[in-house]
Amino acid sequence: MSLLQIVCRRLLLAILVIFGVLVVTFIISRLIPGDPARLMAGEHASQQTVQHMRHVLGLDKPLPEQFAVYLGKLAHGDLGISIRTERPVSEDIRRFFPATIELSLAALLFAVVAGLPLGVVAAVSKDSWLDQALRTVSVLGISIPAFWLGLLLLDLFYNVLGILPGTGRLDEGINAPPVVTGMFTVDALLAGQWRTLHSALVHIALPALTLGFVNLGIIMRQIRSAMIEVLQEDYIRTARAGGLSSARIIVGHALRNAMIPSVTMLGLLFGDLLYGAVLTETIFAWPGMGNYVIQSISFLDFPSIMGFAMVASLVYVLLNLAVDLSYMMLDPQIREIG
Amino acid sequence: MPRTRKSAALAPALQRPFVSMWARWGVDWRYVWYRLSASPLTVVGFAIVMTVFAAMILAPVVAPYDPNRLSLAVRLAAPGWHHLFGTDEVGRDLFSRVIWGSRSSVVAGLITVAISMGLGTCVGAASGLSSGWVDTVVMRIMDVLLAFPSFILAMALAAALGPSLMNAIVPIAIVRTPFYVRLARGQALTLRDRAYVRAAESFGSSSWHVVWRHILPNSMAPIIVQATLDIGLAILTVSALSFIGLGAQQPTAEWGAMVANGRAYFLDQWWYPTFPGLAILVTALGFNLVGDGLRELLDPRLRGR
Repeated sequence: MSLLQIVCRRLLLAILVIFGVLVVTFIISRLIPGDPARLMAGEHASQQTVQHMRHVLGLDKPLPEQFAVYLGKLAHGDLGISIRTERPVSEDIRRFFPATIELSLAALLFAVVAGLPLGVVAAVSKDSWLDQALRTVSVLGISIPAFWLGLLLLDLFYNVLGILPGTGRLDEGINAPPVVTGMFTVDALLAGQWRTLHSALVHIALPALTLGFVNLGIIMRQIRSAMIEVLQEDYIRTARAGGLSSARIIVGHALRNAMIPSVTMLGLLFGDLLYGAVLTETIFAWPGMGNYVIQSISFLDFPSIMGFAMVASLVYVLLNLAVDLSYMMLDPQIREIG
Repeated sequence: MPRTRKSAALAPALQRPFVSMWARWGVDWRYVWYRLSASPLTVVGFAIVMTVFAAMILAPVVAPYDPNRLSLAVRLAAPGWHHLFGTDEVGRDLFSRVIWGSRSSVVAGLITVAISMGLGTCVGAASGLSSGWVDTVVMRIMDVLLAFPSFILAMALAAALGPSLMNAIVPIAIVRTPFYVRLARGQALTLRDRAYVRAAESFGSSSWHVVWRHILPNSMAPIIVQATLDIGLAILTVSALSFIGLGAQQPTAEWGAMVANGRAYFLDQWWYPTFPGLAILVTALGFNLVGDGLRELLDPRLRGR
């Protein structure tokens, strides 16, 4: 099989998965007990108004037809109107998604920058007390409830120490920077607004730390076990015999090879980031998708729940596709087979 | 990888099927203890899990108060001699509620894993053995489920089914099932061509008998490890769903829901959300440490030195 065929197969699978995602989100949204038409029309609305609402929302049509209509609209980028905000869902997603992406990226940055060296240190000092201590940190990371960690950090840094702001993305009185990416830190940097940048940075610190700590454990673990495996390889022994310094062997030879399997992790981590973002955003009142979808759930706002689930899954599938493809390019063994 | 003579002699025993391990008790428990004591964290994990189980079973004995008894005179009391973890906004003893809470949070985690493990193992083994189009269809469905950000799916399902602890368990079990399907399928694929399976088939054993007596018992070791690691995750996820209001409802003592209720008071009454959250952390930590230890014990590749 040529590399092209492998890539095509992978793409076909991704399309299949996306279709499955659409079917699943659609089915779930129609399982919701309670009547969205009644909810939207108001508690005291007459039966006639509710009926009219049902017709406007297309809820009176048979399910397959509703699904077909949904798919048709989707092709035009129309995700329906949110029952809660009464805005197009696609507009809401455009409005709230950058905040979530910004938070996720900041968390990932923290997790990688801290997790990579800690994982390497753990692998090099395998079975020592240092390794045990670092293992404790990484297991703590995957065992800690993100929503609880967020509360504790908020209490410590905002309430007790008073050195970091509590909630939101910017201080009061500071305007959002001109929109380029929708990520306040990046936009403020691009516009050269240093006060805004500072405000955005201190606001994102705690949520990013909360969300990042959970992923820190996963990254440390992955790097540690990959490094241990690589350090036992013959070429590492050869390099040692050749008189290379430990630092050069670890960074130049071992880490480079240990990172290849870790690349696939990044795609999967995004799922965890989304999961964590939903919880972290509610704690810090971070105006992103997580906050948005939690409010939508309490409102039975199925167009926006469906829109969020779909967009989140889509990003997840595409990211994993990109990761898989880059993995194929990175790993010479797979390239050779191809 | 230098190996001691002792571990070399025992290696086959440990790789031997889980069920036969239990049936024959042929494992050198001294060796198991030797491996465990080399990793003190695993022992800590075991101690935590045992304590949690004890608290869960002995809740009526251990808890000093009725978890649902209101006592407005002592509302929001700080931790002290009478109330170890303090009290909540209606004067319920938080220590008693945390102890009783294990019966919802931990039991929910255990049920979740039992469902996904049972379902996933059966579907995976059946899929791996049937091969052909059944296998393809099952695995593509699993791919779709795996491609979903699982918490989002669980959240959407729980919202659709209506908030309750049971409705939080089912979606989490569903989204974790594909992991067991993959594991069991992989095991079934490698096992079905083994000589003893072929032999059983040639003797005319029914396929049901082959699966039940040969395939499943021999597939269990990695599945049990995965399950142990999953219990911590399941407890976290159940409590997360409860935290956002999609799990246990009042007045059930459940850790995630207690943190959610305590959230409004955390600036002045730090103990309210802190202790239930700590219970989640410590319990998940215990199961994760045990799962890690089991994995190292059973995975020959990780059994270095």
